[in-house]
Amino acid sequence: MSASKFSNPVVRWIDHRLPIFSFLEHEANEYPTPKNLNYFWNFGSLAGISLVIMIVTGITLAMSYTAHVDYAFESVERIMRDVNHGWLLRYIHMNGASFFFIVVFVHIFRGLYYGSYKAPRELLWMLGVVILLLMMATAFMGYVLPWGQMSFWGATVITNLFSAIPFVGESIVTWLWGGFSVDNPTLNRFFALHYLMPFLIVGVVILHLVALHRFGSNNPLGIDTRGPQDTLPFHPYYTIKDFFGLSVFLTFLAAAVFFFPNFLGHPDNYIPANPMQTPAHIVPEWYFLPFYAILRAVPDKLGGVLAMFGAIAILFVLPWLDRSPVRSARFRPMFKIFFWILVIDCIVLGYVGAKPAEGMYLLVGRVATVWYFIHFLAILPLLSVIETPRPLPQSISTPVFGGGGGLAGAAAAPKEKV
Amino acid sequence: MAKSQSKTAADASVEHKSRRDFIVVATYAMGAVGAGAFVWPLVDQMNPAADTLALASIEVDVSKIAEGQSITIKWRGKPIFIRHRTSSEIEEASVVSQDDLRDPEGDEVRAQKPEYLVVLGVCTHLGCVPLGQKVGEVRGEYGGWFCPCHGSHYDSSGRIRKGPAPLNLEVPPYSFLSDQVIRIG
Amino acid sequence: MKKLFLCLAALMMAGPALAAGGGDVVLKQKDWSFSGPFGSFDQAAMQRGLQAYVEVCSGCHSLDYVSFRNLADLGYNEAEIKVIAAQYEVEDGPNDDGDMFMRAALPADRFPAPYANQNAARAANNGAYPPDLSLIAKARANGPDYLYSLLTSYEEAPGDTEIPEGMYYNAAYSGHMIAMPQPLYGDDLTYADGAESSVEAISADLVAFLAWTAEPALEKRKRTGVAVVAFLLILSVMSFGAMRFIWADVKKSKV
Repeated sequence: MSASKFSNPVVRWIDHRLPIFSFLEHEANEYPTPKNLNYFWNFGSLAGISLVIMIVTGITLAMSYTAHVDYAFESVERIMRDVNHGWLLRYIHMNGASFFFIVVFVHIFRGLYYGSYKAPRELLWMLGVVILLLMMATAFMGYVLPWGQMSFWGATVITNLFSAIPFVGESIVTWLWGGFSVDNPTLNRFFALHYLMPFLIVGVVILHLVALHRFGSNNPLGIDTRGPQDTLPFHPYYTIKDFFGLSVFLTFLAAAVFFFPNFLGHPDNYIPANPMQTPAHIVPEWYFLPFYAILRAVPDKLGGVLAMFGAIAILFVLPWLDRSPVRSARFRPMFKIFFWILVIDCIVLGYVGAKPAEGMYLLVGRVATVWYFIHFLAILPLLSVIETPRPLPQSISTPVFGGGGGLAGAAAAPKEKV
Repeated sequence: MAKSQSKTAADASVEHKSRRDFIVVATYAMGAVGAGAFVWPLVDQMNPAADTLALASIEVDVSKIAEGQSITIKWRGKPIFIRHRTSSEIEEASVVSQDDLRDPEGDEVRAQKPEYLVVLGVCTHLGCVPLGQKVGEVRGEYGGWFCPCHGSHYDSSGRIRKGPAPLNLEVPPYSFLSDQVIRIG
Repeated sequence: MKKLFLCLAALMMAGPALAAGGGDVVLKQKDWSFSGPFGSFDQAAMQRGLQAYVEVCSGCHSLDYVSFRNLADLGYNEAEIKVIAAQYEVEDGPNDDGDMFMRAALPADRFPAPYANQNAARAANNGAYPPDLSLIAKARANGPDYLYSLLTSYEEAPGDTEIPEGMYYNAAYSGHMIAMPQPLYGDDLTYADGAESSVEAISADLVAFLAWTAEPALEKRKRTGVAVVAFLLILSVMSFGAMRFIWADVKKSKV
């Protein structure tokens, strides 16, 4: 064992037996981080904090919530009206979920733009996709719990999808429901699983961080760090930067919670669930809209289900679809254009997902769905082969010292932002 | 005088550094205050909610209780015994010597109006509900209440006289809002 | 990158509005005392709204989630609330004989419903269910404006529109055919404080009341929000400054 850096004898005693202090010193304090990270690198820590906020508010809500069809809606109203600060905890949890997804989507698109999914970070990326899937399952089940009209009918529509699976589909749906329709058994088990899954997410997040620390963070230039001249210790440089990012994030979250708490929600969910009456338009929460659009774009039920899950599954194999050795879009002019087209495509899918699946909306949704798959399955592999990337800078530090030789004809590159 | 006017570069950077330290420390301190302020609702939400507190006090109309009769009311989840005592029961309770009591307490302290005794119907031994409220039920050797679990006997003032219970039946906080209406809690 | 944010922000702004249905109705918009970041409830209006609810609406519409003790928010004291509650009867029991019985309501009780259950409500109203009003202001898009518009938009149907039996024409209701007969005609009740009792005035008072029933914590929420957002803005500025200080020596060596 190397000599301990700690002078405090109690700390040394503990650390010798359970090296938590050395661990934190290495992984959080002195941990070398590229010095050129921009604000898009804040979103990982924001996602982690969002998870903590969701768990903490969720546990307090679970203390007052009753998972029974006859009492669920009322127990939520009791939280809003009678439980001390119940309205605050409920609104934080509700809006926190939306903000968690906003943060995670930006985090994902950052990864797409800067090639953070490329070797050697493939597993880091895939663990991230697993986290996204767990988040979606957790959010879906969580939305059912208040037992409003949208809770019930959203659950009915989405669980019904599984009947599309050949042969075993109906049995699977009956098994999911615990009955012949979404009812009390369904609600009860969704509550149990909704409470469980965030802790599974915590586990996968830990693996995600372990994988991250194996090779360290990517950076906007997409080139590897060469040594201490390219990095800074995480503390104090990135602790304060993450703290600043957190303050800004919390300001937006507070603005939503305190002034627009129901903006991202749907009024129909303030109507108690009625299995005998379907709402005019069943709409999932906004973060599911792009996937909902893909689901409805395919006329065949099973096809729609496969396309929807395929849209996420495709992300798993992204490192093998995009084989360009250049990571960052800063040096990939054609890739950059297609990246932004993808962003617009996802926004279009989200827009269409909220509309009735007919007429122009359906047509646009279909085009956008097809384009989504073309982007990943055709464009990216093609670009790997035909694109000529811009020359990369020699190192992260070189542009820091401005101009100078050895940049192989790309003198404009270091001054360029995004 | 001259010294304050001519700062060396080293002095300036030290001053700069301490200003930087201050704002960094102040920022993190402010963050800690914010975190603490966030923790408070998480803890306070476990305290009784408004609907629970609404039932924290109840009003009882005692005019319907005939002399010699007892009623049982639920208050904060526990039974309350209200007995409209006869004059002989009141007399019995007041002549008992304090030396005879395991938990000395005068009857006048326990009953605001001697005709009405209001006590918690929870045995102070291990929490059973004593008998003696209903007509025909055993009242024990002292004419008050008898706990069947381990044989505690309470007198007409609810005081422990015999058996393992250590204390008298608890008198809850109550007040007469009028001659016939008491508010408990 | 900024484009990304702007696009996402635009989507978020558009999203919920896109999710709402019905494009053939025009809402009347009013300035409500509870709107905006510094909004608060108008107690006098809420008291009138309570009276309107009790005298006009409560025959068909329940107010399931409101307890009498909550009426303290309207400015009533404990004694007044006891009196209001005592005018109602609620079921209690079982008594020692095993029977359920009716007793006068206490402040801790909730408003009793006009019908025993939804089926009874439908049976008494041509199959239509008069919804519970506790949350109605949040259960409809643009709740307060919508409710006000609905109450003040009963009109003659244009031209020779066919109106089915048991339905009524309302310009603010999606599809224009509503099962609720016109509840207000003007001067439907006399306010204790002698305030105006036109259809518009009563409707506005009802909305003020129903906005409160839907969210009693609104005032507390907005007041706390001002303090929290102010705190976080200051914290953001301070942490930005701290960040610049810490990064000063690194930034100096950049272009």
